[in-house]
Amino acid sequence: MPWLSTLMGVSVLGALGVTLVRNDKLAKQFTLVVSLIVLALTVAMAVQFSPNGDKFQFAETYDWIPAFGVHYGVAVDGIALVLILLSAILVPIVVLASWHDAEAGKRSVRTYFSLLLVLEAMMIGVFAATDVFLFYVFFEAMLIPMYFMIGSYGGAQRSYAAVKFLLYSLFGGLLMLVAVIALYSIAGKGTFMFPDLVGTIQDVTTQKWLFLGFFIAFAIKAPLWPFHTWLPDAAAQAPAGAAVLLVGVLDKVGTYGMLRFCLELFPDAAKFFTPLVITLSVIGIVYGAIVAIGQTDMKRLIAYTSVSHFGFIAMGVFAMTTSAGAGATLYMVNHGFSTGALFLIAGFLIYRRGSQFIADYGGVQKVAPVLAGTFLVAGLSSLSLPGLSTFVSEFMVLTGTYQRYVVPAVIATVGVILAAIYILWMYQRMMNGPTAESVKSLPDLNAREKWVVAPLVALLLVFGFYPKPLLDVINPAVKDTLSSVSVTDPQPAVPVAQEGQ
Amino acid sequence: MEPAEIIQHSGGAIGAAWLMIALPLVGAAVLLLGGRRTDKFGHLLGVLMAVASFVVAALSFAQLLGFAPGERRRGIELYEFIPGLAKVGLLVDPLSISFCLLITFVGSLIHIYSIGYMAHDPNRRRFFAYLNLFVAAMLLLVLADNYVALFVGWEGVGLASYLLIGFWQHKPSAATAAKKAFIVNRVGDFGLLLGIFTIFATFHTLAFSDVLGNASKASSGTLTAIGLLLLVGACGKSAQLPLQSWLLDAMEGPTPVSALIHAATMVTAGVYLIVRSGPIFQGAETAQLVVTIVGVATLLAGAIIGTAKDDIKKALAGSTMSQIGYMVLAAGVGPVGYAFAIAHLITHGFFKADMFLGAGSVMHAMNDEVDMRKYGALRKVMPLTFWTFLIGYLAIIGFPLLSGYFTKDGIIEVAMEHNAILGWLAVIGAGITGFYMSRLVFMTFFGAKRWEPTAHPHESPAVMTVPLIVLSIGAIVLGWFLIMGNRFMTFLAPAVGAPEEMPAFHPFSVPGLATLALVAIGAAYAWMKYGRAEVPAVAPRGSFLTTFARRDLYGDALNEALFMRPGQWLTRLAVFFDNRGVDGLVNGLAAGIGGTSGRLRRVQTGFVRSYALSIFLGAAVLAGAWLVVGNL
Repeated sequence: MPWLSTLMGVSVLGALGVTLVRNDKLAKQFTLVVSLIVLALTVAMAVQFSPNGDKFQFAETYDWIPAFGVHYGVAVDGIALVLILLSAILVPIVVLASWHDAEAGKRSVRTYFSLLLVLEAMMIGVFAATDVFLFYVFFEAMLIPMYFMIGSYGGAQRSYAAVKFLLYSLFGGLLMLVAVIALYSIAGKGTFMFPDLVGTIQDVTTQKWLFLGFFIAFAIKAPLWPFHTWLPDAAAQAPAGAAVLLVGVLDKVGTYGMLRFCLELFPDAAKFFTPLVITLSVIGIVYGAIVAIGQTDMKRLIAYTSVSHFGFIAMGVFAMTTSAGAGATLYMVNHGFSTGALFLIAGFLIYRRGSQFIADYGGVQKVAPVLAGTFLVAGLSSLSLPGLSTFVSEFMVLTGTYQRYVVPAVIATVGVILAAIYILWMYQRMMNGPTAESVKSLPDLNAREKWVVAPLVALLLVFGFYPKPLLDVINPAVKDTLSSVSVTDPQPAVPVAQEGQ
Repeated sequence: MEPAEIIQHSGGAIGAAWLMIALPLVGAAVLLLGGRRTDKFGHLLGVLMAVASFVVAALSFAQLLGFAPGERRRGIELYEFIPGLAKVGLLVDPLSISFCLLITFVGSLIHIYSIGYMAHDPNRRRFFAYLNLFVAAMLLLVLADNYVALFVGWEGVGLASYLLIGFWQHKPSAATAAKKAFIVNRVGDFGLLLGIFTIFATFHTLAFSDVLGNASKASSGTLTAIGLLLLVGACGKSAQLPLQSWLLDAMEGPTPVSALIHAATMVTAGVYLIVRSGPIFQGAETAQLVVTIVGVATLLAGAIIGTAKDDIKKALAGSTMSQIGYMVLAAGVGPVGYAFAIAHLITHGFFKADMFLGAGSVMHAMNDEVDMRKYGALRKVMPLTFWTFLIGYLAIIGFPLLSGYFTKDGIIEVAMEHNAILGWLAVIGAGITGFYMSRLVFMTFFGAKRWEPTAHPHESPAVMTVPLIVLSIGAIVLGWFLIMGNRFMTFLAPAVGAPEEMPAFHPFSVPGLATLALVAIGAAYAWMKYGRAEVPAVAPRGSFLTTFARRDLYGDALNEALFMRPGQWLTRLAVFFDNRGVDGLVNGLAAGIGGTSGRLRRVQTGFVRSYALSIFLGAAVLAGAWLVVGNL
């Protein structure tokens, strides 16, 4: 069964279907059902994935532009699989969370939900693409639905934020296009298929140029310091649901691209640039956290925490140890759940009170304990509290990085302290203390909102104590990637007779 | 004597040791998810789960005693936690079971006490949920068989502590204290994490059996680094210098919390970590030396702080810091000190919980008043509280034949053997303890009534006094029971090792007599100033030394000057830089290419135009890049 095409096909057909429905409420329900079908199909696909089987599974390859060797080629390895799973899980949650978000403006509600499904198809496509050109197409095309979701349904400054987002992304995308075409012509294989291109570029100087073309695009997308300034604007202006998909999934394409393309296609260049990338990552971790502490707008604050978190992911990718690489991949998934929960609950608050400013809240815990409690859990996941899944990935990234780069790992670990400050201080200002007059009549979470938050909290907890199902899929894929870059893990100073630990 | 091998185990109570953690965890989950529906029976469920956990611990202990001493380290496999990094299992051995018994027994008593203490709080159910959560996390901390699982428990108790310090969230001071406790603990965790990373980089495993069994093969430099990093973690959790500042503020939490978490159990986790990681410290003399110095510095600092506090809970908190300082000192000495460190930890758990709960009983009777200058003469109206408190007091100052006499004296003897300077400083600390604890007792229970007019003190209900009686019995007998005949040292030896020659107990050694003399002088001085003389209702200004002690030795002021204020400036600078610098630069670049920044804003009007601009911009870049790549 062509699983991946089916997933995208159902999403696209669903998107078309939504535009045909005449009634807004029906359109929402229809979208929710479609996204749940996609989730069910994704899970059905995931359970059939064999972690120790072929590197790429569920492969489909058709000629698209034969003259240039462009294919419609899709398949997944463990890394792509968990990211597709992340997307499929987040979309229905976002649909449910966004139930009334599109109603405030004059724009069509149905269009918003249709865009969500279009975006879902593209998110699946971008992670599944095994043809580099196809990847590029998805990489750029993803911008369009997101541009409209921010620009048409966002906050007061939405146009500025949307344009900024688009300009940054297009700039990066064009650099990548150049590199993609150059890769094609220099490799001289007459194909854009990723597996055929691995190992074709031997000249180190060429690798370096092409690496930069890809890397800058991914660094903007991720975003890595100092390419991050579009993110706080976009995330703060986007509707909460769109912000979740933007930061939770779209940005992961950047770090995913580093792991898949920068490392495997240009291994020597990747090693050459590692000190630079690790430095940028570590700066991002500390810088993002410090700027987050100083924010007065909760959505911007969450966006800056993500700048810090993306630093961890990029550092893990380029530390090139099994633990760091697998940790970085797991981090991409966990960060989606964690940031998703934060943005959505912040969205519920903003919907009630009509303000994104932290100072406009106070003592919410007293009037809306469930809302405050779940916000705390989401916050604790952002500061990587053990018992929540984000701890596992951050611990793996740091342990793995420390094996090879002690000083950067030590500085990055400072982020652990800073995270406690930005989360708990925000929580204290908004939720603790005497209840502010303006929030005295704030209702607690309703049933729909509880259904939004519950799965995220459950996922954070379950994978916090039992991350094995995800790691069993991720580990072989990361090992495979690292072996194609031909790096091995550092050896311990004191070898211990292993009892399987 | 070296620690014994770990034997894989299944079956019996020890095989089900995971229930100790699971039962209170289920309790917490039911109470938190069940919400208001569980209000009616929430406290009872909480108590039940704590007691059930104690039963499992007691049965495990009994089973453990059935094995020969060399076979009392039992490992239980649970599941693969992080593939490639760590499995999770439990280690039931004399060290961990001692903690389990302490945590679940004292924990159960404090659960029971809280039924009465929190009776009028509308959120009592949530309180019991957090207490259960704490017990589960603390048991995971001591039962884990590797450093990751230990860390999960370690931060778990930190979370419970955060939630309970800030239990009365509407009070800004409570919320601030909770946040401060978590953040200062995170500074400690920063050290602990780096220690764990170093362990993994050195051994490629985090299991205690593999790491500690092979520690002697690592270089002393590595072991010193690991030891010092673990010590940073221990300082955070156990409120040792220089990470002590959170503990005094933590008294914002309800008093049972102060008794259980911030006196009897959680704050002793640092001592556990050092003793558990013994083989690492034994290969790192410098680290051991630093541990003993930290211990002595904190035992003095805590005692000095204790002399100047009028808030009964803060005086007790200073005392807790000080007593943990003794334990850390003993733990730093090495195997000969381990048994005394843990024995003092256990007896302290009893007499300090006894006194905190006693203080709670007093506050309960006095409209939550904590200022001892408004107490006085309470021994007549609350006799049970008074007598049990008195026993705890006599135990902590080391009154002959009570608990503290045996365990603290053991620590002083061991320290004296190890290093005379440290030993004599510990003796001086004991003298100060004699003063500040006597001051506390005289101000509270003796002298004239200085009550607020609205206060009508009365004895607390049985649900609160019975736990006090049980704890005070422990405060009487436990020291003698554990120390005489080296009973506890022999029991602990398979887990932590023991010196070649067991130390003999010298009741009339020079340090022992000097300690008694100094304690007597301290108590007599306190009697003169606070027992016989009138206690002024407002604290006198006092000398600069008094101010120094009242201000917690300027710990907070130092933190503020060194970290908080520079941190605030850094934050403001970074935010400014991010808005103007990085963003400004990029906007400027975009403006330079695409026209003016005004135009950048104007293109917002239409998607098509902005897209056209972007394509133009992109095409320019494309052409440029093509030239570069083409010339390669």
